[in-house]
Amino acid sequence: MKKLLGLTAVALAMVLVTGVPHAAEKMKVGFIYVGPIGDHGWSYQHDQGRLAIEKELGDQVETVFVEKVSEGPDAERVIERLARQGAGLIFTTSFGFMNPTLKVAKRFPKVKFEHATGFKRAPNVATYNARFYEGRYIIGQAAAKISKSGVAGYIASFPIPEVVMGINAFILGAQTVNPGFKLKVIWVNSWFDPGKEADAAKVLIGQGVDVITQHTDSTAPLQIASEKGVHAFGQATDMIKFAPKAQVTSIVNNWAPYYVARTKAVLDGIWKSEDTWGGLSAGTVQMAPYTNVAADIAKAAKETEAKIRSGALHPFTGPLQKQDGTEFLAAGKVIDDGTLAGMNFYVKGVDGKLPQ
Amino acid sequence: MKIILEKRIEHSRVMALLSPLLAIAITVVIGGIIFASLGLDPAEALYVYFVEPVTTLWSIEELIVKAAPLVLIGAGLAICYSANVWNIGAEGQLTIGALFGSAIPVYFTTWQSPLTLVVMLVLGGFGGALFAAIPAALKNRFGANEILTSLMLVYVAQLLLDWLVRGPWRDPQGYNFPQSVPFEGWQQLPLLGEGRVHIGAIFAVMAVIVLAIMMGRSLRGFEIRVVGNSPRAGAFAGFHQKRVVWFTFMLSGALAGLAGICEVAGPSGELQPSISPGYGFTAIIVAFLGRLNPIGVLFAGFLLAISYLGGEAAQVELGISDKTAQVFQGMLLFFILACDTMILYRIKIASGRSASAKA
Amino acid sequence: MGAFEAVILTIITASTPLLLAAIGELVTERAGVLNLGVEGMMIMGAVCGFAAAYTTGSPIFGVGAGLLGGVGMSLLFAFLTQTLMTSQVATGLALTLLGLGLSGLIGEAFTGLPGVKLGPIDIPFLIDLPFVGSILFGQDILVYFSFALVAIVTYMLFRTRTGLIINAVGGNHHSAHALGYDVVKVRYACIAFGGACSGLAGAYLSLVYTPQWIENMSSGRGWIALALVAFSSWLPRRVLVGAYLFGTVWIMGLYVQALGVAIPAQLLSSLPYLVTITALIMMSGDKTLTKVNTPACIGQPFAPER
Repeated sequence: MKKLLGLTAVALAMVLVTGVPHAAEKMKVGFIYVGPIGDHGWSYQHDQGRLAIEKELGDQVETVFVEKVSEGPDAERVIERLARQGAGLIFTTSFGFMNPTLKVAKRFPKVKFEHATGFKRAPNVATYNARFYEGRYIIGQAAAKISKSGVAGYIASFPIPEVVMGINAFILGAQTVNPGFKLKVIWVNSWFDPGKEADAAKVLIGQGVDVITQHTDSTAPLQIASEKGVHAFGQATDMIKFAPKAQVTSIVNNWAPYYVARTKAVLDGIWKSEDTWGGLSAGTVQMAPYTNVAADIAKAAKETEAKIRSGALHPFTGPLQKQDGTEFLAAGKVIDDGTLAGMNFYVKGVDGKLPQ
Repeated sequence: MKIILEKRIEHSRVMALLSPLLAIAITVVIGGIIFASLGLDPAEALYVYFVEPVTTLWSIEELIVKAAPLVLIGAGLAICYSANVWNIGAEGQLTIGALFGSAIPVYFTTWQSPLTLVVMLVLGGFGGALFAAIPAALKNRFGANEILTSLMLVYVAQLLLDWLVRGPWRDPQGYNFPQSVPFEGWQQLPLLGEGRVHIGAIFAVMAVIVLAIMMGRSLRGFEIRVVGNSPRAGAFAGFHQKRVVWFTFMLSGALAGLAGICEVAGPSGELQPSISPGYGFTAIIVAFLGRLNPIGVLFAGFLLAISYLGGEAAQVELGISDKTAQVFQGMLLFFILACDTMILYRIKIASGRSASAKA
Repeated sequence: MGAFEAVILTIITASTPLLLAAIGELVTERAGVLNLGVEGMMIMGAVCGFAAAYTTGSPIFGVGAGLLGGVGMSLLFAFLTQTLMTSQVATGLALTLLGLGLSGLIGEAFTGLPGVKLGPIDIPFLIDLPFVGSILFGQDILVYFSFALVAIVTYMLFRTRTGLIINAVGGNHHSAHALGYDVVKVRYACIAFGGACSGLAGAYLSLVYTPQWIENMSSGRGWIALALVAFSSWLPRRVLVGAYLFGTVWIMGLYVQALGVAIPAQLLSSLPYLVTITALIMMSGDKTLTKVNTPACIGQPFAPER
């Protein structure tokens, strides 16, 4: 009680000194991350988005975050805490936060929620994701040009649609250069396990792979690629400083434009619940500078990038066959987002069985 | 200078009560110093950490939600450790318990009756006990170290859960994302009050009461304590160490399994690849902090829950890293252990010469 | 480099930290002390090693700092268990918890930075030998050291007076005390040795395995090391076998996937643990051998007054 009095006194004093408290007018924007912001991958990039909000709208909003929130029952409490602290907008940045987000959203109808990578929405819950597969198509093409062995190594996390569509986009890109291009996939069963990712990279290189890509978040595979003298592609952030001689490019998750736009929308009172899937054109997906390759490869990659951005090229354009040869997309057709979001099969050209 | 410990003839009752308080006090003081060194007002930081979580109804409810599994598991582990049986794998038993119980909503999606919930809870406890029986059997039959086998089995259990949720048990309507069908109606635990507090909290309190009575009043409790103190003395008294290993492992496993099914049928409402933020491991601290006494575990569970919630509040309000909470818990445990020495021993500090003369 | 050599090299990297930590813990346990804090000492070794190497630019400094980090943690454990006579099991668990938290706090300033790698020492000419050259003669100093350590510890435990004393203290501390040995002092030394080895294992992770600092990067290796000691029946050469067995199973799980064999990744990931449990059972089953080598006083506090 004494403590409370003390705090009140301090607050009063502050009001007296600074006049009207600005803090009261600012809208709070909350974030919860599944990993530590020091993961230099997924959560780190979301935090970069948060910092962009601070930079652009710092005079109107303040941001708070909680990191390393486990995707179980704890998530609901942390989200509710942010809502109770008076956050007007809350970003929940991992798939596993989907149901907790919806539960809290029901109790706080005035607060706006943004859930990354999920598929359930509500009047005050929007969802967003990025078209990372666009970047994977580009690196697939580049990999096929770089590789002498005609085989790439793919370090994958979990067989969910997001990852499966990435593998498919990669091989489709590679096939435009070398129709017989092959992939070796290792599932490390984790989004972030540097030791295991490094081991997987070594095993792949040992089996004759001369270019490596990953759908996991640590920089370890790039370090190994660098050590063994093969090329590799970064993930989530520009990882060039971990592999200055090995990284060709990196698919960068750039949430900043989306986060800033959505925060502005809340401030202006025009926020709506919707599903946003931004890609290269929206700036949500960015390619790190093309390095360590011949000029013609870099040039071709930039051209593909420009075509995707302008909409002239969609990585999933028919005719496309599933692994077993059955057609799932007729000639000239472009895949719809529903099929992509639930993609649970390999396209033709990927060897091996998709774990189910 | 040398520290000498003189064994007390009897356990100090004063110190038994005082030592946890002393340990908490030291932790608070050191914590204050750490906060000050981080450039924060120590009083404010400590307030956010330890006091704020009990100032609103919502956070008290959340404390109960967080403490319930810790108490439930910790009480079982306390009995285990009293018997000198080292079950470190409660996290795995929790996972298997959750899996066993969840089999009902996964396979009998439409079965709705009060019996549904009862069967789920029973299966949860049974699954945990069954999984705990493995290290118990390996210890009794082969003499394999239970610390290591029970721990290795945690990884196995978690990978099994992972496989099921991403494979055979995946929600057919869930776009291939790793989660089971949502639990509904009688597949969920009844709630107490407006918030998230569920009847798992009652189970925790009941477990504490029953175990406290068992340890204090029954022959079984006596047997556990005797065998724990000295297996040889236990053998003279006609107690079998193997029987105690079986009993304590299955008991703690059943409680961990119950905690597991309560988590998925309670706050989660579905199976996910991660169903527990390490409750099974944190409960080890809870058991020690509660001085291996079920009633003590009840308090310890709340204290740890406060430190978690306080840690979150500190992140939001003060921007303190979550690792601080972890360091706090580690320190608290260290100080508890060190202070406990004073229950059994009198501490004397002597100059080097007299010490060596005595030795 | 052939495919075979590549696999062997990968296995060596995966096994070395386990071997280092396990051999240290073996000595600690031989003296009758069960330190369950290997994971905590290892992770502190990793963060100290990285911090020192990054700051000074010298990986050798990093190795030294990692070693000291492990020793520091182990002395904390020694003070509690030997001087204050706390429960070894509980103190070891607390050490792990503290180590994981503290290392995270220290490491905050070092996350997301590319580290300095401790490079291999190639032995000229010999490294060019076909097939075995790069395996036998192209390793970093810690790999060579881990093998040397097995030989040194074996010799020390069974051929020297020091070893005799350690075994006596672990076998029956009251007789050892009666013979005039300072039980507590011997145990302090053995705990510190274990800490040093765990610290080196941690430094190996942050300087060789993946040269960067990542929270919780030991990811359970300390526990595996503990299991290996029990598996070995407290014999150094068996620790060597066990560490390499575990490393092989671990890498093979990835290897068969890359070959396109369709086995659930979760099953492959759980194989090393299942193999460890099986090995523990098999070793524990060998009663005579276990009896001869098990330190009889393991886990028991020693108080001379009694």
